[in-house]
Amino acid sequence: MRGILAIYEKELSDHFSSNRFVILFALIAMVSFITSYMAGMHLRESLEGVTKPRFVFLMLFNTPGALFSMVQFVAFFGPLIGLVLGFDALNRERAHGTLVKVVSQPIYRDAVINGKFLAGATVIAIMVVSIVLVIAGFGLALLGVVPGVEEIWRLVIYVIISIFYISFWLGLSILFSILFRGIATSALASVALWIFLSFFVSLGANVLADTIAPVDRQKGASAEEVIKNARIKEAVSLFSPMALYSNASGTIIDPMRKTTRTFVLLGPIEQLSASRFQNPLSLGQSLLVVYPHIVALIAISLICFAISYTVFMLQEIRM
Amino acid sequence: MNAQVIIETNDLTKAYDHILAVDHLNFHIEEGEIFGFLGPNGAGKSTTLLMLLGLTRPTEGSAVVCGYDPVRMATKVKRIVGYLPENVGFYGDMNAVQALEYIADLNSIPRAEAKRKIAEVLETVGLSDSKEKKVSAYSRGMRQRLGIAEVLLKDPKVLFLDEPTLALDPDAAFRMIELIRSLNRERNITVLISSHNLYEVQKISHRVGIMISGKMVAQGSIESLAKEKFGVGGKSYSLEEIYMKYFQEV
Repeated sequence: MRGILAIYEKELSDHFSSNRFVILFALIAMVSFITSYMAGMHLRESLEGVTKPRFVFLMLFNTPGALFSMVQFVAFFGPLIGLVLGFDALNRERAHGTLVKVVSQPIYRDAVINGKFLAGATVIAIMVVSIVLVIAGFGLALLGVVPGVEEIWRLVIYVIISIFYISFWLGLSILFSILFRGIATSALASVALWIFLSFFVSLGANVLADTIAPVDRQKGASAEEVIKNARIKEAVSLFSPMALYSNASGTIIDPMRKTTRTFVLLGPIEQLSASRFQNPLSLGQSLLVVYPHIVALIAISLICFAISYTVFMLQEIRM
Repeated sequence: MNAQVIIETNDLTKAYDHILAVDHLNFHIEEGEIFGFLGPNGAGKSTTLLMLLGLTRPTEGSAVVCGYDPVRMATKVKRIVGYLPENVGFYGDMNAVQALEYIADLNSIPRAEAKRKIAEVLETVGLSDSKEKKVSAYSRGMRQRLGIAEVLLKDPKVLFLDEPTLALDPDAAFRMIELIRSLNRERNITVLISSHNLYEVQKISHRVGIMISGKMVAQGSIESLAKEKFGVGGKSYSLEEIYMKYFQEV
């Protein structure tokens, strides 16, 4: 236990004193300031004259101002934080000859990787919490609304999901730093996988869905075809951690979202029945909707870490 | 001398992809001696050291280090054995004191005690004057001495030194050898030193072992090896001559 603590403390102080961290934090703070400012201005205009708007506070996070909302921003660029914090975690130590020295101290070998992962996850947690607090404070000043209890709970859950999401990418980059000797190689491999999982999986989902269950829009497709196509698209895109996270965080932050599924509205009756449910979901119900997504997100983070753990334990310490 | 055996191997073997890096190795080290570990590059010396520390799992055979099996009780072994790897690395942005504090933390030495010990080991290796300097600004000789300071922090009973004088200038190498000798004499630390510099090894070792292609081809005092190879005992043959003789035969 003591070994983990020593490595954790050292890694944490390394992170905080590194230029990398300062640049990353400055960048993210800047972007979140701008997006929340945009969202705030937008909200002020659009809520003009509305007597009793609900969940205004949460809208700060999910209203796309000029470009994107805060939630979308974290989904897109959150992975970069995780990757930057971990891509050289072990291969740098190996290259500098410090790894052998550390593991020849009376600690268990897994203390190295556990300490590094925990330190990275702590940095991530501090980043996410402070950004959410900054935006919340900004919102208080800009809009003059006080968040309700439910809004605060939703934000807390959002923060937890975000930490797991970014930690998944941290685990992934640590895995690459174990697998690849070259620091540049592991950085490149992490970025490549990030691009693949975040952008190409959704493209692939469309292609796959159209191949397996083609929908002929000219002829007028049957309901079954459209639904099947949408289901396949959704199933495939769930392989992307970004899709998992966007769905989960989007639903948690926006009480008006009732489902993570893409709506397929077929006729006037369905539209009518949908419009009957215009009230927001309660927190419990929102959680129920995204429960599978959250579990999947936590599971892939843990699986990723478990793989790094196993590979590292079995690897030769030299070479 | 009827000293106690502190390290013993029993058919210790390590294979990488069916190539035997260490081939049924049998040797022992007695308490309080300096054992010179010789052999060409790639003979399996470093692999042997890693196995004795429990950092690499032997394919076959076993070893006993200070009464512990390094495979099952690696942390116990690592608590009493100090290992200075070949080309030891440091975190360049730390100074000597910070580097030693980290090692003390890893060894679970309480902060107050660590502070005292750090001053002590810096004095021992002669780095007290440059302890505030960043390690990246250290010369090679200073880095090696800092490496020794790091392993001394845990009060080791045994030191494994892998090429401690490699690429050092003559003066630094001489000071390193003297330091090792004094540690052995004054603190009764058993030393296993691997080196290519046969002159140095001859100067400080009580016994030597010659390892070639994963096998220990000879072990014993320099005099007894000379007797075995040349039929004459005494100090008339240098270690270099003995080594070359063994080397040519294999």
